[in-house]
Amino acid sequence: MSIAPTTPSLRDTPPRAGGEFSVLRAVIHRDLLLALRRRSALATVLLFFVIVVSLFPFGVGPEPNLLRAIAPGVIWVAALLSCMLALARLFAADFADGALEQMLLSPTPLGLIVAGKVAAHWLMSGLPLVAIGPVLALQFDLDQSLLGVLALSLLIGTPVLSLIGAIGAALTLGLRGGGVLLALLVLPLYVPVLIIGAGALDAAGAGLSALPHLLLLAALLVLAAVFTPWAIAASLRISAE
Amino acid sequence: MSQPTLVIGNINWFKYASPQTFYPLAGAMIPWFAWAAAILCAAGLYVSFLVAPTDHQQGEAYRIIFIHVPAAWMSMFIYVVMAFWAGVGLVFNTRLSHMMATALAPTGALFTFVALWTGSLWGKPTWGTWWVWDARLTSELILLFLYFGFMALQAAIDEPRRADRAGAVLALVGVVNVPIIYYSVKWWNTLHQGASVSLTGAPTMAATMLTGMLLMALAVWMYSIAAVLHRVRSIILEREHGADWLAGFREAKR
Repeated sequence: MSIAPTTPSLRDTPPRAGGEFSVLRAVIHRDLLLALRRRSALATVLLFFVIVVSLFPFGVGPEPNLLRAIAPGVIWVAALLSCMLALARLFAADFADGALEQMLLSPTPLGLIVAGKVAAHWLMSGLPLVAIGPVLALQFDLDQSLLGVLALSLLIGTPVLSLIGAIGAALTLGLRGGGVLLALLVLPLYVPVLIIGAGALDAAGAGLSALPHLLLLAALLVLAAVFTPWAIAASLRISAE
Repeated sequence: MSQPTLVIGNINWFKYASPQTFYPLAGAMIPWFAWAAAILCAAGLYVSFLVAPTDHQQGEAYRIIFIHVPAAWMSMFIYVVMAFWAGVGLVFNTRLSHMMATALAPTGALFTFVALWTGSLWGKPTWGTWWVWDARLTSELILLFLYFGFMALQAAIDEPRRADRAGAVLALVGVVNVPIIYYSVKWWNTLHQGASVSLTGAPTMAATMLTGMLLMALAVWMYSIAAVLHRVRSIILEREHGADWLAGFREAKR
């Protein structure tokens, strides 16, 4: 079979203004709109985050030095759990009402649509954690100078969580016991982000530079952004087949 | 479209990608690997426990490593093999490759558990504690979680085709993550505390110790192959239940 096309293909036509990226924008816009129409779901994730973080002092006691030492880990673990909790909703509604099937049939690369969905998901479930994390850190009497590092590490780290988690969400789509299964699939994969994210604060707290940690986190973000949309798309095709 | 072929030494190896041809082949291979495993294991245990000298630093407790190290090697290797078959299954769309991946997971999880368990038994007399957050131990624990995730996902999906392919994607994502997890855990650990005893820093092994370890490693290999082949046969029986070609086999009638 020859490679030269006999009929005019997409390659021959000049790219439209915006091209594929208008689809990306449309997907993000649609998902943000949908999320804003159901604000209670957003508030639930945020409240979960606040409550989990606030539970720890009850468990380990109000000793300030201890709380200061565990604050980075507690906030990061709580962020991990909140991100995971929000994941179950990522594709469920689209799967139920058939919108997902249209996305699978669309000529736009599925990876791009999926990237848009994950981006919108992160804006609604990850970004609020970045904003509220430093406030919760004050409860733990974390040093003021570390709050910036905490916000920055969450800002770089939570998109990675959303991207990796979306693979799990796509694989467990429509399965019974999906939520617990999702945790089992996704949490082990979150370990590097947790280590590096909380490590940035430990390093900064010890007077070292947090930059190596943040750069590593950024490297994970770049890797995840490049490879996961492809894996998420493959998983969706398998699950929706 | 023509069938894919891979011809080496006048044998089309893709022929054995069909459960129908692989089922009797696996059945014929199992006794060989099982006997090899039994003999190597007996020889390995004899050398490890009766011939190899007592370690002057760790005493008799060090003999646990004759089981621990081969199990740990195997646990990591099986995950890679599992991901390999998962990838082959996704690329060539061969059912048998997926069955292979499914069959490998429990054996891999078993060896991961054995490695963790014996590691903990070894840690008590040597490090004075059942568990340390050592980089190797921790990565092994996460590996166990990855195996459990793979098995849980496949168990949750009723439709075999979806279970196969979903598991395959998860195995491939996992195998990409394993090095990242290992190095992040290692880095995290060195920031907090150093391991009290490191295997790499230990004095070079006596020749008999090395022989015992290698024999045990080979025994573990043979056992894994026999166990996995047996499990693949069971999966084939389950999936192909009622197929015409199975009618000739006695075990299919039960």
